Amino acid sequence: MTQTGKAKPSITLWQYRMGEIRRYRQLYAMIAPYFLAFSAFTVIPVLVSIFYSFTQFNVLQPAKFVGMDNYIRLFLDDPVFLTAIRNTLIMAVIIGPVGYIMSFLMAWLLNELPPKLRTLLTVIFYAPSISGNAYVVFRQLFSGDAYGFVNAQLLSMGLIAKPILWLADQKYMMLIVILVSLWMSLGVGFLSFIAGLQGVDRSQYEAAEVDGIKNRWQELWYITLPNMGPQLMFGAVMSVTNALAVADVTVALTGFPSPSYATHTIINHLNDYGIIRMEMGYASAIAVLLFIAMISINRFVQKALRKVGT
Amino acid sequence: MAKAEKEKLTRNQRKIARIRRKAERAQRKGRPRTRFGKALTKGRSNRTVRGSIALLINLFLFALLMVFPVVFLVSNAFKPINELFIFPPKLFVINPTLDNFTDLFDLLSNSLVPFTRYLFNTLLIVLLGSIGHILLSSMAAFPLAKFRFPGAKTLSNIVTLSLMFTAAVTAVPNYIIMSRLGLVDTYWAIILPAFSMSLGLFLMKNFMEQVPDALVDAAQIDGATYFTMLWRIVMPAVKPAWITLFIVSFQTLWGNTAGNFIYTESMKPLPAMLSQIAGSGVARAGVVAATSLIMFIVPVVVFTVSQSNVLETMSTSGIKE
Repeated sequence: MTQTGKAKPSITLWQYRMGEIRRYRQLYAMIAPYFLAFSAFTVIPVLVSIFYSFTQFNVLQPAKFVGMDNYIRLFLDDPVFLTAIRNTLIMAVIIGPVGYIMSFLMAWLLNELPPKLRTLLTVIFYAPSISGNAYVVFRQLFSGDAYGFVNAQLLSMGLIAKPILWLADQKYMMLIVILVSLWMSLGVGFLSFIAGLQGVDRSQYEAAEVDGIKNRWQELWYITLPNMGPQLMFGAVMSVTNALAVADVTVALTGFPSPSYATHTIINHLNDYGIIRMEMGYASAIAVLLFIAMISINRFVQKALRKVGT
Repeated sequence: MAKAEKEKLTRNQRKIARIRRKAERAQRKGRPRTRFGKALTKGRSNRTVRGSIALLINLFLFALLMVFPVVFLVSNAFKPINELFIFPPKLFVINPTLDNFTDLFDLLSNSLVPFTRYLFNTLLIVLLGSIGHILLSSMAAFPLAKFRFPGAKTLSNIVTLSLMFTAAVTAVPNYIIMSRLGLVDTYWAIILPAFSMSLGLFLMKNFMEQVPDALVDAAQIDGATYFTMLWRIVMPAVKPAWITLFIVSFQTLWGNTAGNFIYTESMKPLPAMLSQIAGSGVARAGVVAATSLIMFIVPVVVFTVSQSNVLETMSTSGIKE
């Protein structure tokens, strides 16, 4: 090979990349089926939503470009949407943190129990989150007439004079929906905590005992939490996502639309326009906003969590 | 002589030990004394029995609160109709009966589309969806977990990102895409999206990362293809993970009513027909209670059977930075 004036790299970056890709082509073939499905049902829908959010589209006629109109209408001309934002935020602010802390504390307490008892309680705590629509049982518990379990108990104890309309009175609807959502909040994140706690090295606790860790709360803060970083992060993602996604529970318990929209959530609003009214453009705008909210709140929570226990 | 000395020695030792114990006891009041107390504090000196008991009481109170609706649900299913409308309503059933279940099966055997057809639809969706999900996820997880190739990191990050929003966000465009693909009113409209659930890939990838590299390297030196490595070496080592993926997809698909996607009655899954029954009002309260119990109990039993595998998988579920 003859040397010309300038020293040239033997291959360009581009050639190197292509070489790598060729070298790993079997691997690309292996991941292809999954990512094909993933693109079709997750990535493309998100992109399609963004596109349609700038249009007026009812599936039957071709989409008409309307610029920011949908977004402007959402914030300036749709008081129900503003109610939905408010409701969703109230629910999320309570269900997210409370559900998260509850999941962790319960996992932490379970960790002290003998294995059989631990398994039993794990199943009891986790069951509501996988129970499909078992939450309809709360319709009977909080039924508005005297035959509702809660009303009957309160009546017979003389605490109330006449039955309370738990699921139709604006004062209580939100509370009930939050309670039921909390009942279902010990989900995958909770399992992750249990598994993570079992994985913490025992010898660290023994060493800490010698080093003067005084009680179990110090132990929790100085040893357990720093060891659980990745699980805490995963649990947070699950909690945030679930807290913002309350929808089926409100429909099952308080109806759709709920009286005076007292428990109307963003996803309820999205389904209203996307499935019932077939205003796909408008629904897409709601979906895009929800998407942005979910991702950014998750990012924010992750940043905050990084500071805990480090 | 030697024996007596030895006895004396041990007696002395015992004495010393007793005094020492007494001193220790005085030193840390409230610390465990009995074997039971030791068990409660795991023999750790920095824990008190009282604290352990207080925490346990909290735990069991919480458990009662959690289990209460479930007890109500279960006992409702066995209540005869007059007990369902008794005042005041009772938590526990007085005269348990299977009437609600026999009523349910009568109702189902008289329906236009036989019960077994709905059951078949659900089983088909659950089985195909789960198998596809496990296959596709493990095929994608293995390269992402064990090899560094261009794009691997980005793809992993996208999957983690997609854990952060729910399916509700993509429901509307999904319908449009399904109809473009001509999949509306087919089983595939439910099955195909289940293939690419991101939680499954995420868990599988994390679990595969802890399979020793040496195993994979050895196979590579032996000239095995990537596929052989996956099937012969990695898949047997990650059994807990694919059981977990089955649970995840089972839970999602079992309760799926296929509401917007399947119109033909004979192709609807079980939950769709059960929610039709549930919608039929007060007259069928008993039947509704029975269906609720059935829908509830199946995923719980499936989880209980496999919980040790699920927890093993979850130990690697963390999001690393």
